[in-house]
Amino acid sequence: MNRGTEPSGAGDGDGTNAAFTALLEDSAEELYESAPCGYLSTLMDGTVARINATLLGWLGLERDAVVGRMRFPDLLTMGGKLYHETHFAPLLRMQGELRGIALEMRTSNGGRLPVLVSSVVKHDSGGEPQLVRTTVFDATDRRAYEEELLRRRGEAEQARAEAERARRQADADRARLANVFDVLQKALLPDTLPEVPGMEAAAYYHTASHHQLGGDFYDLFPIDDARWAFFLGDVSGKGPEAATLTSQVRYGLRTAALHSPEPADALTTLNTVLLERHTTDGDTRYCTAVFGVLEPDGDRARVRLASGGHPPALVLRSGGRADLLHTPGGMLVGVLPDAHFATVETALAPGDTLVLYTDGLTEARTGPGPDTMYGEEALHSFAAEHAPSTPHDMVDALAELLRGFGDGLDDDTALLAIGAPAASPPRHRPGADTPR
Amino acid sequence: MDVLRRNNVTVTGTADGPTVVLAHGFGCDQNMWRLVVPALAERYRVVLFDYVGSGRSDSSAWSEERYSSLEGYARDVVEICHALDLERAVFVGHSVSSVVGVLAVREAPERIGALVMVTPSPRYVDDEDYRGGFTSEDIDELLSSLESNYLGWSSAMAPVIMGNPERPELGQELTNSFCATDPDIARVFARTTFLSDNRADLKDVRIPTLILESAQDLIAPREVGAFVHAAIPSSRLVTLEATGHCPQLSAPEATAAAVLDFLESLRDTG
Repeated sequence: MNRGTEPSGAGDGDGTNAAFTALLEDSAEELYESAPCGYLSTLMDGTVARINATLLGWLGLERDAVVGRMRFPDLLTMGGKLYHETHFAPLLRMQGELRGIALEMRTSNGGRLPVLVSSVVKHDSGGEPQLVRTTVFDATDRRAYEEELLRRRGEAEQARAEAERARRQADADRARLANVFDVLQKALLPDTLPEVPGMEAAAYYHTASHHQLGGDFYDLFPIDDARWAFFLGDVSGKGPEAATLTSQVRYGLRTAALHSPEPADALTTLNTVLLERHTTDGDTRYCTAVFGVLEPDGDRARVRLASGGHPPALVLRSGGRADLLHTPGGMLVGVLPDAHFATVETALAPGDTLVLYTDGLTEARTGPGPDTMYGEEALHSFAAEHAPSTPHDMVDALAELLRGFGDGLDDDTALLAIGAPAASPPRHRPGADTPR
Repeated sequence: MDVLRRNNVTVTGTADGPTVVLAHGFGCDQNMWRLVVPALAERYRVVLFDYVGSGRSDSSAWSEERYSSLEGYARDVVEICHALDLERAVFVGHSVSSVVGVLAVREAPERIGALVMVTPSPRYVDDEDYRGGFTSEDIDELLSSLESNYLGWSSAMAPVIMGNPERPELGQELTNSFCATDPDIARVFARTTFLSDNRADLKDVRIPTLILESAQDLIAPREVGAFVHAAIPSSRLVTLEATGHCPQLSAPEATAAAVLDFLESLRDTG
C-alpha cells in the first residue's frame, strides 16, 4: 500500500474544494449555452423559443434570425422535413418523447449536419403540452460509419443476390445437362431386351452420375432363326468421347455378329475398328467386352463366350453352385494389332443363369481405404449364396447390392443375365437374399 | 384471407350510426386518429385499420408488386369495405390516404358516399407550373432518413408486434411502435406516396368532399389545397388553424369539429 499518492491532509483538501467550487460556478446558463450538444426549446407549433450557442455555431445562424422566426423543421434538410412531418412530429405527439432520431440539419453555408435528436414534451400543470425540449448531437462520424455499414450491407446483399442467381442458373444448366446425358445414355442401351424363346433375360444399368456419361454397354439380339448374340463391356474413360465410342462399339459388334458365328471374330473385328481410330482420330481408347452366342435348344441352351480383358462371367447352377467362367489370355480390345481373345463354352440347363457384369460392381469401394474393393471373390460368394436364381431375381439382388454400396460405387455398372427357366421355380434358401 | 385481421381492423363508436372509415397515411398507423376518435364515436360507427405493411397489419400479406402503386392500397380499402359490407360510408383519408380514397371511390362507388381529405396532395414533386413542394432529390433524402431510423422496428420484434393483434399491449410497450415499419416496406410506401401523380384522378370525384388543410403544412402547402379544391367541384375547403402535416394530432379538436360539421351536413341533406 502506497499512501503517498492518496489525497490526504487538511491543507490539500482545502485546495481541492476551492477548485471544485470554481467549477460549480460554471453557471447553468454557461452550461446551457456552451454545452457540447445543441439545445433547443420549441413551442408546440414548432416555433423556436430558445436555442443554445453551440447549435447556433454549428448551423452558422444568428440567434435573432432563429428565435421566434423559425420553426424546428425549418432547420432541417428537405428530406429531414419530410421525415419530421411523417414520423417525428406524430410520434412525439403520441408518446411525449423521442430519443436518438437521426436527422440532417441545414447549415447557413449550404452544408448538411447529420445529427441525433432527442425530444421531450413539457406539460403545464394542467397536463397540456406546453413546449418541446430538444437536444441535438453532432453525428457526423456516426453517420459516416452507419453509411459505411449500409453500403457494405448493400454490397453484401448484391453479392448474395448475384450468387443466388448464378446458383439457380447453374442448377438449371445442370438439370438440362443431366437430362441430355440420360437421353444419350439410354440411346447407348437397348430400350427393352427381346424375347428369346425358351429363355429368360434381364438387364440393369446403374448410372453413377447424372452429370457424366458412362462407357458401359450391353445388348442382346437375334443373329438368325437359331442363334442369339449378346455382349456386355466397358469402354475406357468417361464423358462424351467415351459415349461416342460406346455407340460405335455397340453397332460394330452388332454388324460383326452377322458376319461370323464365332464370338472371338466379333471381338477381333472390333479390335481392328478401334485400332483404326487410333490412327484416324488419335483416340487411344480401348474397351473390355464379353461377346456371346446363345443357341437355345428346347429348355436348355449352348453358350459360347469370348472375352477381351473382361472380368469372368458367373453361372449360377440349378444345383445351388456358382461358377466363374474364366477366359484366360483374353486381351483388351483396341490395344494391340494381333490381340487374342479366348473362347469358353458352357451349357445352360434348366434353372441355370449366366450373369455378365462390368467392373463397377467388383471395384466398388466397401471401406474408406483405396484397397477395399468389393472384388471377384466376394461376388462369387454372393452368387453362390443366391444360387439357384432366375435372371430377374439375380439382377434385382445385384441391383440391391449396388445400391448398398452408396458413395462407394463411383463407376457406371452394367448387368446382363440370361437363363434357362427351371422346370419348377428355383427353391430359395432362407436368408439367401441378404447380401453380406 | 381474413381481411379484418390482415388489416388490423378496429370498429368502435356507435354501432347503429353512419360509418366513418379513418385511414392513416404514410409514416405511422391507425393510432394517428386516436385524439379525434372519441368525438366521432359519440354519434358515428368508426372503422380504423392499418394498411398491409403498416402498424399491426399482417405483413406477410405484403408484396412489393401490389403496394408499389396506390391502387394496391385502394384495394385494401375496398376489401375492408366488402368485409364489413359498408354502403355509402364516409372515408376520411390522411395525406396520401386521401388520394387512396379517391381511387377506392372509383373502384367501389357504392361503398363510399363521401370523402374527407385531410392535408391531401395529388403530387408532391414539382412539375412545370405545378408546385408540389418537393424535388425528387428531396424524396431520396427522405428514403435515406428511413434507412437511418428504424423507430423501434427490428426483424426480431416484428413478429411479436404483427403476430399478436389480439394482444395490443405487446405492441404498445414498444417505443415508437406506432411508426415502426419494416424499412424495406417503408421504402416502397414512401416511393409510392411521394412519386405518384394523381392530379388527373381528382376530376372523377363527384361525391361530397371535404378538404382539410393546415394553415402551415410543409408537405401539403396551401397552394396544393387550393389545387385539390379547384379540381373537385363537389368539394369544400376548410383551413384549420393548425401547424404541421397532422392536424388530427396537432389540433385534434378543430379537426374533429370540422369533420363532424361535414358529417352533420351530409345527414341533413340526405
